[in-house]
Amino acid sequence: MSLLTQTEPPVIEVSHVSTRFGAAVVHDDVSLAIQRGEIFAIAGGNGCGKSTLLREIIGLLTPSAGSIRLFGVDSRQLEASDDNAIHRRCGVMFQQGALFSSLTLAENVAVPLREHAGISPQLIRDIVAVKIGMVGLPPDSAGKYPNELSGGMRRRAALARAIVMDPELLFLDEPTAGLDPIIAAGFDELVLQLKGLLGLTVVIVTHDLDSLWRISDRVAVLGNGTVLGIGTMQELWASNDLRIHEYFHGPRGRAAEAQHGSKL
Amino acid sequence: MKRIEQKGSEGDHLRIGEDQTLLCEGAWTLPHVAEVERIVDKVAWPVGRQLTCDGAGITAMDTAGAVLLRRTVIRLEQQGRRVHVQGLRAEVREIFDMVTSNWPTATPAAFTRPSSMAQLTQLVEGLIRHGQQALAFLGESAVALARSLTAPARIRWRALFRSLELDGFNALPITGLLTFLIGVVIAYQGAEQLRKFGTNIFIVDLVGISLLREIAPLIVAIVIAGRSGSAYAAEIGTMKVTEELDAVRTLGISPIDLLVLPRTIALVIALPLLTVYADVLGVFGGMLIASGQLNVSFEEFVARFEEAVALRHFLIGIGKAPFFAMIIALVGCYQGFQIRGGVEDVGRHTTISVVQSIFLVIIFDAICSILLNWWSL
Repeated sequence: MSLLTQTEPPVIEVSHVSTRFGAAVVHDDVSLAIQRGEIFAIAGGNGCGKSTLLREIIGLLTPSAGSIRLFGVDSRQLEASDDNAIHRRCGVMFQQGALFSSLTLAENVAVPLREHAGISPQLIRDIVAVKIGMVGLPPDSAGKYPNELSGGMRRRAALARAIVMDPELLFLDEPTAGLDPIIAAGFDELVLQLKGLLGLTVVIVTHDLDSLWRISDRVAVLGNGTVLGIGTMQELWASNDLRIHEYFHGPRGRAAEAQHGSKL
Repeated sequence: MKRIEQKGSEGDHLRIGEDQTLLCEGAWTLPHVAEVERIVDKVAWPVGRQLTCDGAGITAMDTAGAVLLRRTVIRLEQQGRRVHVQGLRAEVREIFDMVTSNWPTATPAAFTRPSSMAQLTQLVEGLIRHGQQALAFLGESAVALARSLTAPARIRWRALFRSLELDGFNALPITGLLTFLIGVVIAYQGAEQLRKFGTNIFIVDLVGISLLREIAPLIVAIVIAGRSGSAYAAEIGTMKVTEELDAVRTLGISPIDLLVLPRTIALVIALPLLTVYADVLGVFGGMLIASGQLNVSFEEFVARFEEAVALRHFLIGIGKAPFFAMIIALVGCYQGFQIRGGVEDVGRHTTISVVQSIFLVIIFDAICSILLNWWSL
């Protein structure tokens, strides 16, 4: 709480990461640092390796070269030592939710607690019920199975599971893709609210220009295997780089800027 | 102020002050929550209807800690006390309020077991529904087959040949090896008994008739049910889950024409051929043991085979194969179409397809045996 001293090391440090799948080069020397307490967005065109980078940061993939440090620990050591402490400090929400289809919503949300916390079932039930309320799901949805939920509800349930351990670091992979504009906007607000309440650091992979304007503190734009630019939306909006300009100044980009840009 | 240390509390998460105030202290966070919970359960609550809970000493709190504090307050209130929480630091208060505002107001209705009569009704209804669906599927497939036979251009030849290769040709090694071994086993078991009576030559009858008539077709059918029937169910089911089947329908293609007929026709062709191949290898296995264990040479074996094993045994064996093939292909495809939900359903129906097709194959085989016995074949 009072740890915020002058120069805190970044929560996530990606340095000189390269990724190759066979002959295909996904990343070529990607470096970025994410600070505690910020909402950091990773943007870029389809197939530019956003999700791949996210998977590398959370340790599902190993980069071909370079290193990634989470809380100062190298992600490769993390895998080798099988130390769950770091995993417990991270929550991940996958693109399609990745809810376990054989478990009910409440059981899904309870999984991390059951596995790691060692607390009584009664307390688990209460925590789960509160988290389900926090993400805005009705209490009677707790007993439903994932295939009985709508897309937006499934996304919220996945978020509830990601935050159930009160992680310091929350990863969201395209949280608003495929949601209707009202629910997507609601989701943005939810992320902001949770960040304020729980003091989260949020890493969000998204195409959603409205989300980028609305919630991100800083944005990294990936393209051509490298980081084209990092900065606030205003900085990127004013960027002279042709590819960044193209990304943000399309018709949709201009509409999003017109709506959100002036408010910031 | 003197404070009474609560027994068993190494950390000082919860104490009771002398003036009966509840003093919450230290870290109420997930790593400590289990410990705090134990302390809470053991605390001897002060008597009195009014209770003050002083949280000024809480250094850190997360949702889990806040839930525990909230729950403790609720339990005390249920005992008829009034609890006043005070002194929380601003950021702790924020989390506590957030938990309070999201506390579920009503517990969802408990799951009640339906009565046994209702369960029975449900079971019977389910069986009837399944029967209807299976019959509808069978009818649809038969109509599609009739349509295709009158217009062979409709048949998906590519899919048919692919299925022939995958489910027929590629199954040669495994079916061959298995029937060869079964031939060896039967000959071994028979050899012991036949030698006692000095009727070594009857090994030919034993191996020949049992393999050709019953065992080779059954072994082939069981291998194919496990190998291809399961694959059909899983493939079609996954296509259903990923909406590929719906896409096929909207493109004006009948899923039966595309998926069921080629596979069924391919198996109907492949299974008799595989059975013939299995006959050869199985008898060869028996022949090896006959010459090794019973001094029946290959020439004697073949000569005896011609007179002892009537053609009808071979024909009955391969005659059953197409029916086995139809059972396996139709059950596999039907179970694939039955898949509704997600990943779990795919696994369940794949298992069902294998169990059901082997079950039906053996039932069919038994009926054949009885009927053929009546007609003295």
